[in-house]
Amino acid sequence: MASLRRIVPLLLVALGLLVLVRSIASRPIGDVTTPQHVPSRFQDNAGVNRVNQWIENRWRIEQVTPVKPAEEINILRRLSLALHGTVPSLEELRQFETDRQPDRLKRWTQRMLGDDRFPTYFAERLSRALVGTEVGPFLAFRRDRFRAWLDKQLASDRPWDQIVTELVSASGLPTGRPATNFITITMVDGDVDQEKLAGRSIRAFLGQRIDCAQCHDHPFDPRWKQPHFQGLAAFFGAARVTALGVDDAPGRIYEVTDPGAERPREIVPAVPFGSDWLPGDGNSRQRLAAWLTHRENDRFDRAIVNRIWGLLFGQPFFSPVDDLPDPGDPDTELLSVLARDFQDHGRDLKWLIHTIAASRPFGLGSQADDATIDELNRLEAQWAIFPLVRLRPEQVIGSMLQAASIKTVDRNSHLLIRTVRFFRENDFVQEYGDLGDEELAKQTGTIPQALLRMNGRLGRDLIESNAFSASAHIARVTEGDDATCLASSFLVCLGRRPLESESRFFRKWLTETRGDRRVEVVEDIFWALFNSPEFSWNH
Amino acid sequence: MDNSVTAATLDRRQLLERTLSAVGLSLALPGLDCLRADLRGPRRPTSLITLSLAGGPSQLETWDPHPGSRIGGPTKAIKTRQPDLKIAADYPRTAEVIHELSVIRSLVSLEGDHARGSYLVKTGYRPDQTLQHPSLGAILARERWDTSIEIPQHVTLGGGPAPSRGGFLGAQYDAFKIFDPGRRLSNLEPRVAPPRQSRRLEGLEFVTGIFRRGRKVATDRTQHQLTVTRALAMMNSTQLKAFRIDLDNESASTIAAYGDSPFGRGCLVARRLVQAGIRAIEVTLPGWDTHTNNFGGHQQQARILDPALAALVKDLKQHDLLDSTIVLVLGEFGRTPTVNPLDGRDHWPTGFSCLVGGGGLPAGRILGGTDPTGRKQQPTQPVSIADLFATILRRMGVEHDKEVMTPVGRPMAYCEGKPVPGLL
Repeated sequence: MASLRRIVPLLLVALGLLVLVRSIASRPIGDVTTPQHVPSRFQDNAGVNRVNQWIENRWRIEQVTPVKPAEEINILRRLSLALHGTVPSLEELRQFETDRQPDRLKRWTQRMLGDDRFPTYFAERLSRALVGTEVGPFLAFRRDRFRAWLDKQLASDRPWDQIVTELVSASGLPTGRPATNFITITMVDGDVDQEKLAGRSIRAFLGQRIDCAQCHDHPFDPRWKQPHFQGLAAFFGAARVTALGVDDAPGRIYEVTDPGAERPREIVPAVPFGSDWLPGDGNSRQRLAAWLTHRENDRFDRAIVNRIWGLLFGQPFFSPVDDLPDPGDPDTELLSVLARDFQDHGRDLKWLIHTIAASRPFGLGSQADDATIDELNRLEAQWAIFPLVRLRPEQVIGSMLQAASIKTVDRNSHLLIRTVRFFRENDFVQEYGDLGDEELAKQTGTIPQALLRMNGRLGRDLIESNAFSASAHIARVTEGDDATCLASSFLVCLGRRPLESESRFFRKWLTETRGDRRVEVVEDIFWALFNSPEFSWNH
Repeated sequence: MDNSVTAATLDRRQLLERTLSAVGLSLALPGLDCLRADLRGPRRPTSLITLSLAGGPSQLETWDPHPGSRIGGPTKAIKTRQPDLKIAADYPRTAEVIHELSVIRSLVSLEGDHARGSYLVKTGYRPDQTLQHPSLGAILARERWDTSIEIPQHVTLGGGPAPSRGGFLGAQYDAFKIFDPGRRLSNLEPRVAPPRQSRRLEGLEFVTGIFRRGRKVATDRTQHQLTVTRALAMMNSTQLKAFRIDLDNESASTIAAYGDSPFGRGCLVARRLVQAGIRAIEVTLPGWDTHTNNFGGHQQQARILDPALAALVKDLKQHDLLDSTIVLVLGEFGRTPTVNPLDGRDHWPTGFSCLVGGGGLPAGRILGGTDPTGRKQQPTQPVSIADLFATILRRMGVEHDKEVMTPVGRPMAYCEGKPVPGLL
């Protein structure tokens, strides 16, 4: 009897789950509205034209010939990976293919930026530059609140300078005023780390590394001296964290002890350039925020342009993303060109994304027939080819989850799918190897990643036949129609239809299969596609 | 999976070789035994086993007890095989072998935070927001890469919060993570039976070839195919048996000696990996962060560490591997001389202890000392982590101050320390 009592609830749960799963699996593919027009704020092509002119001029000077443009459906994949962190879903791809209205890519960029998945994913990407990936101090740092806050800012089109101002100068609890987590993440033993805040602010918002000047004058870069660094750190000198959260204690000062000195000396807040931009009133952090975001502080706009370029292409226009040359440098003039337009458009991040996504370099192919290493390097250096870039772990798992489901996986997906995603994503990302803050550095794949993709539990669970899996669904509904079976498999995994040669190759496997044997074949096709370089690299 | 070479595994191996040559990437699969791994004594290339005590072990409850003093707490000291050395009484088995190693009681650092301290004891550098330094193991893996080895050459056993990374040397030098040492090897078994696996690999080869069209150079630069090839070689390698513990390859008494814990099994696997010629191995034992109940907590930890450490040293000695294997037992910092109101000890980065020895390092040395009254913060003869690393690198024949380029073209020495004279 006792054992029965234990079993009955379990059975009920199992039964409930089964019903749930069946109902999800049998949901019809819904219809998401296809955008009909491009909103006026993105219609102006002047920004795109200026980017193209600059780039085309460079191509002429450097005598490189850009490669052929990519297929539009491939550009859609790039956009989806950059903005949503996954490949497009089968339903999106089919809608895109049947969309014959003009400005198709622009309208789809607009649609993706308006989708919930954009602010969520972009908040995650941006927060790496803002608060890093450390666990942070217990209770004082709330990554979840911070990300949710950033998500909201992005969703509500808050201008970038306003976001930054709040990050640098907000006061309050890390829960109630989540921007303050920018300050609390640096806490060590209850104290705010002014040096870390200065270093990170200048890197994240101005794209300059002055951290080395913390201990000595910058060894290679004569621009940055130790007093510059100390003067910037001093802006955070009054900041503290109490039970009421972050605030500024009047009279609290920033001190350093020089090597060999008996006692510390006070450092007065000071900026290394543009001191006219520093307002007289406000507390130190508010003044610093005003200086950072000042309209004449070109570094501010150049830095975010370079970072957004990096998030779209997988590689910033200038590497490393946070160590830019001074404004006026001819090789990075494009950043200034875009920076000016960005300012004129109210520092609207979506405008910036639109413009870069519509530019010629973003639409170029990634194939250069028989190019030698030198030729390829030259093409890449001039953005005359789309670079091959390794997908981030979240993009890989996001794409695997998306490919395993016919329907779009988003906030409206069933709770069960989202739960699976939540739990599995963390494990997978950890095992795959998170790149931490260095996410825009060039990387090759690793053996543990290959092993995880080939033999990992997630891959098996997603590919193998179950009520959710696209592979089983595709296999069963296409019995007798191998062409559709292959087309669907390629679309969900790689975001494109198979080539003639690929069809010939895989149709041999499928011929006359039915039932479970056919499911096995489709699972094997999915496995091959999941493990191909085309799946785990942006191209 | 058993470790004998069955017909099925041979088939898979042949299949792999066929697949690889079809892809145009011939991989000279080496013989089952490689000569270097069979060498003994000074001629054998040196390996490093780091027992990473994550959380900050108390020096007073391990290798630097001060019983009867104001700071000693209830911890008692016992004699060891080395006449002038006493250690905490919770380590009776270690006391039997500790004369094979040296004790440093004067490690000093400026990092009293777990993440920062762990970074320091893994890399020898303080954290730097613009750069990820390579861990000691990654440097060794890079400097001593052995092409005859198919399994990972830098391994971390038992998880832990901060596994060693390749840093700016590249992710290929990241430690390979074994979460459940001696038991399950995650992701190393194909998910399907051989006929389907071979079909899958054929499909993969085909679509890879298609993707390479027009992208030959760029695709090869990604090393995607190379890593898949190496991963397949690893899956099929007989060298994988080094990761397995069973009664066919280890005696019941050996297995029992290490203790029935993931850490104990990790130490045994570490010894097996050294035998297989692996140069950089880390075994992590978390759980040392005793802000409350320091003494009970440390006794519990000792019940895991003592048998495993003692068995490891004894076992290396018995296999004539101790002269070519450095054993380092190190946490990210020590714990305060004072006991807090919750009967705990807090973080203490000045004057903490480690054990280091084997691999031709001197045995039986005791370096530095801490103040039994706890008043003087600085120990005598302070040793920095960088100096300790420089000593180990020097001993292993790696130029410790060799400069390598970071990705942004900044020259950076492997290690900024200087070898400790007392340890050479």
